Amino acid sequence: MVELTLPKNSKMTEGKVWPKPAGATNLREFRIYRWNPDDGANPRIDTFYVDVDDCGPMVLDGLIYIKNRIDPTLAFRRSCREGICGSCAMNIDGTNTLACTKGMADVTAGAVKIYPLPHMSVVKDIIPDLTNFYAQHRSIEPWLKTTTPAPQTEWLQSHADREKLDGLYECILCACCSTSCPSYWWNGDRYLGPAALLQAYRWLIDSRDEATGDRLDNLEDPFRLYRCHTIMNCAKACPKGLNPAKAIAEIKMMMVERRV
Amino acid sequence: MADLSRKSARPLSPHLQIYRPMLTMMMSIVHRITGSALYVGTLLLVWWLVAAAAGPAYFEVADGFFGSIVGQLILFGYTWALLHHMLGGIRHFIWDFGHGHGAEARELLAKGTLAGSIVLTILVWIVVIILR
Repeated sequence: MVELTLPKNSKMTEGKVWPKPAGATNLREFRIYRWNPDDGANPRIDTFYVDVDDCGPMVLDGLIYIKNRIDPTLAFRRSCREGICGSCAMNIDGTNTLACTKGMADVTAGAVKIYPLPHMSVVKDIIPDLTNFYAQHRSIEPWLKTTTPAPQTEWLQSHADREKLDGLYECILCACCSTSCPSYWWNGDRYLGPAALLQAYRWLIDSRDEATGDRLDNLEDPFRLYRCHTIMNCAKACPKGLNPAKAIAEIKMMMVERRV
Repeated sequence: MADLSRKSARPLSPHLQIYRPMLTMMMSIVHRITGSALYVGTLLLVWWLVAAAAGPAYFEVADGFFGSIVGQLILFGYTWALLHHMLGGIRHFIWDFGHGHGAEARELLAKGTLAGSIVLTILVWIVVIILR
């Protein structure tokens, strides 16, 4: 359901201003969402100062600097630091992206503002609970489904058919797109969201897959597919430059095509 | 280990409060608002037609309202809402056919809808004023 305001326990308060690193001349201000499940308090926005001359260029470098030098209790996910694992997805400067591929210098005005991915249940600080997101991905059965007996060698595919998967297989399931979508905010329990639907399309147009009809049946639902209203936030947010909105439009067309 | 008895319910992360407003997102919201406004506009149209059918005395009341400055402003807004929603519908039609999804095309379509609705509204009113 559409809820424009935050629940009482989610309203943010002004947090702590942490001391500036001693002797630093080139400082960058970070404003970071904090929530600790153990203290019973509402989320707060803490202010940190990062010594840019003693830190890497990316927002993730800034977060690691803060965790190492200022506040070790700051909780965030990270792993590959090169935009392939999708762990450090968060809301930076008002849009969802990966902290490891977003340069601090790309945040032009004022402080680097960091929040968890929007409209998600917060586990701690900028770590959201992605259980539902992964369950939705599971629900589209993201694996090859066939009825014909498996060949002795690989399932072959023409170059042209393989090219249809470009722009789809690169998805790293970081959840930037789904959690940027207002429709997913209001109906995330029933609407699959852009990430799961892009994956659904990836299997729908795979020439080797033989469950296209079943897959479409599974999506033929007022909520699962059709809550997409082409708001386009997903395509703008994707840190890999993919286009979930277009993939969803293609699925909608497949739905029409099989009826006529 | 954390004291589980003190664990509080997980908060919902901020969404509309913190998300950067973007043109396509705003146009989507405006498409909904204009769509709702059309219900009201259609009711006004029905009132005008019913008044016309109800006789000259009653029609004069309705016509007087639409002729007043407030009435004209409402009609101007209704014209814009209608045209904006119509162009928005065409934009969604294009997107539903899988076209115009590129980074530049989608912005262009959104800007075109906005500019087009304003230009067409003004054109309609210029024609109305000339013909009157």
